[in-house]
Amino acid sequence: MNLLESVKMAIKSIKSNKLRAFLTMLGIIIGISSVITLVAVGQGSSQSVTEEIGSLGTNLLTLSVTDTESVQLNLDQLEHFDDLSGISEVAPISSERVMAKKGDNSIQVSITGTTSPYLSIRDLSLSAGRFISDIENELRQKIVVLGSDTASTLFPNTNPIGENIQINGVSFKVVGVLESVGSSLGTSGDNVIIAPLSTTQRVTKNTTINTLYLSAENEEMINRAKFQVQGVMTTLFPNSSDSYAVSSQDDLMETMSSVTDTMTLMLGGIASISLLVGGIGVMNIMLVSVSERTKEIGIRKAIGANRKSILLQFLIEAVVLSMIGGLIGVVSGLGIAKLIGIFSSLSISFSPSVTILAFVFSFAIGIIFGVFPANKASKLNPIQALRQE
Amino acid sequence: MVQLAQVVQEEVDSNMTKPIIEINHLSKSYELGGETVHALQEVSLQINEGDFLSIIGPSGSGKSTFMNMLGCLDKPDTGEYLLDGKNVTTMKDHELAVIRNVKIGFIFQNFNLLNKYTALENVELPLVYRGISVKERRDTAIECLEMVGLGDRQYHLPTQLSGGQQQRVAIARALAGNPSVLLADEPTGALDSKTGKEVLKLLKELNEKGHIIILITHDLEVARKAKRVVRIQDGQLFENGGDWLEPAGIRQNGH
Ligand SMILES: Nc1ncnc2c1ncn2[C@@H]1O[C@H](COP(=O)(O)OP(=O)(O)OP(=O)(O)O)[C@@H](O)[C@H]1O
Ligand SMILES: [Mg+2]
Repeated sequence: MNLLESVKMAIKSIKSNKLRAFLTMLGIIIGISSVITLVAVGQGSSQSVTEEIGSLGTNLLTLSVTDTESVQLNLDQLEHFDDLSGISEVAPISSERVMAKKGDNSIQVSITGTTSPYLSIRDLSLSAGRFISDIENELRQKIVVLGSDTASTLFPNTNPIGENIQINGVSFKVVGVLESVGSSLGTSGDNVIIAPLSTTQRVTKNTTINTLYLSAENEEMINRAKFQVQGVMTTLFPNSSDSYAVSSQDDLMETMSSVTDTMTLMLGGIASISLLVGGIGVMNIMLVSVSERTKEIGIRKAIGANRKSILLQFLIEAVVLSMIGGLIGVVSGLGIAKLIGIFSSLSISFSPSVTILAFVFSFAIGIIFGVFPANKASKLNPIQALRQE
Repeated sequence: MVQLAQVVQEEVDSNMTKPIIEINHLSKSYELGGETVHALQEVSLQINEGDFLSIIGPSGSGKSTFMNMLGCLDKPDTGEYLLDGKNVTTMKDHELAVIRNVKIGFIFQNFNLLNKYTALENVELPLVYRGISVKERRDTAIECLEMVGLGDRQYHLPTQLSGGQQQRVAIARALAGNPSVLLADEPTGALDSKTGKEVLKLLKELNEKGHIIILITHDLEVARKAKRVVRIQDGQLFENGGDWLEPAGIRQNGH
């Protein structure tokens, strides 16, 4: 007897008890579809994060100070970085949360005190007005550039350029509005106020510089630039290498991908558990089916079925069951993920390899959990099987 | 003396027709709760080309056990079973499956049809296991159904057929593989006397076409129609020109 006949037989017997077949498949359907959905959501968000990191520019270096007590950067020291051969521009950052007010409209925002290179280093662009200039920074001018959300909250109907806003009670003049950049890692990049570093430090009464953005001359020099920056930091602040970190976009991406790997591993774990449960369901029903169909097995043996054909029949039945379950699981998983993509802000990314893998897995489940019942069926003694009612 | 006669008989046979089935000193017993049931004791029998043999005997005497041995469904404890000169008792499972599929057609008392398969599919099944192509086996199955007069019931499920019709489907299934030996364990037991007679007529016709028929029956009328009659009592087999078919013997039989 060939494989095609066995498959036909299996489908026939599955068809003859559709409800049971469906219930058997349910475990696998749920397992596979949850894997597909989870992976789509997981990969979607990691992809959007990676894209954002990439959009910041690949020659960006970030020096983040974690301990502002032991590492106190001041403006004069920035020249050491500017002089480095691998670095083209430096922008210091001092940020705080502040209360901004315009008339009846007020908003809690993060104020970023910085210098003029910030615009080009962070690859930002203006939708109106202009950015902070060096001279304004030196003169401690009370001017601000608004993020697009901040601008629309404080100035719902009017053009903000040239208007004044209150920050912690101090009046600032709006000189520019940034183009929207969307949200990144859950925080909106548009809900900001950018002001000269000197003015910000005065308003917030905070003189620390907690971040330096540095841009390398070019992409190739990024690692050299990173070493140079670390070198300067070691000279300026010996023995406090734990208090700051210099990272390139590549480092960030690496961190991200290790997070993604962990997530994938976890999903794999969930997948295995749910599929294991599904597989046990298949085995359970197949065992019931074998004992219910003992007589049928006896008849088949009496008219010339050998052990192999009986084994194949039940094995294929299990495999067909779990593969149909897998197929339904894949389709419903893709559907659910699609719906999540439509009705929520989560981004979705389908992975063909995971989809295929899930399907192959359902095949394997059928084999693994079908072998035991099928083997049991094939070993039945024909006489005893025929006696069964 | 008995053995000598047997040897002579064997020589005569081998000179004339070679036995298809040759059974020597076959025994089978069952252990049940410390008690041993000797279902078959030292049974010997030869069956030749063209034989129509009926087996009679009281209930529980070992007829079905013997039939299952003949049909390669069960293995004896001791003894030898040669089918076409080949020793069946030492064969492996897959070789036995081929024999059941090709050489033997089984007709059961309770039909043993697959309830989820149509009449046609039931008849086709032995050919499926033989690996015959779809078209060819369909044609053969239809032919066999027509032979038993059920050409118009191909797509009926067993549950949609009468008992006699079901038994005829079972016969068609046994015939589909064109086996040399047809084994029928009380094929008329579940049928009324009229349909029983029809089934018997069918078996007789098949015998005339060259199939060996071995028939278990409780009905002496039926048994008498066979060319040879053997009797099994307490697991022992006797063949004796049909003496016990005489009225005196019938009473002794409990009928
Ligand atoms: N699997 C078994 N286990 C135990 N004893 C068995 C088994 N099969 C048959 N027997 C015993 O073997 C003996 C012969 O049984 P068998 O079925 O061959 O009788 P039979 O002649 O066909 O009877 P009937 O005419 O009622 O069908 C019986 O005593 C029965 O109890
Ligand atoms: Mg019996």
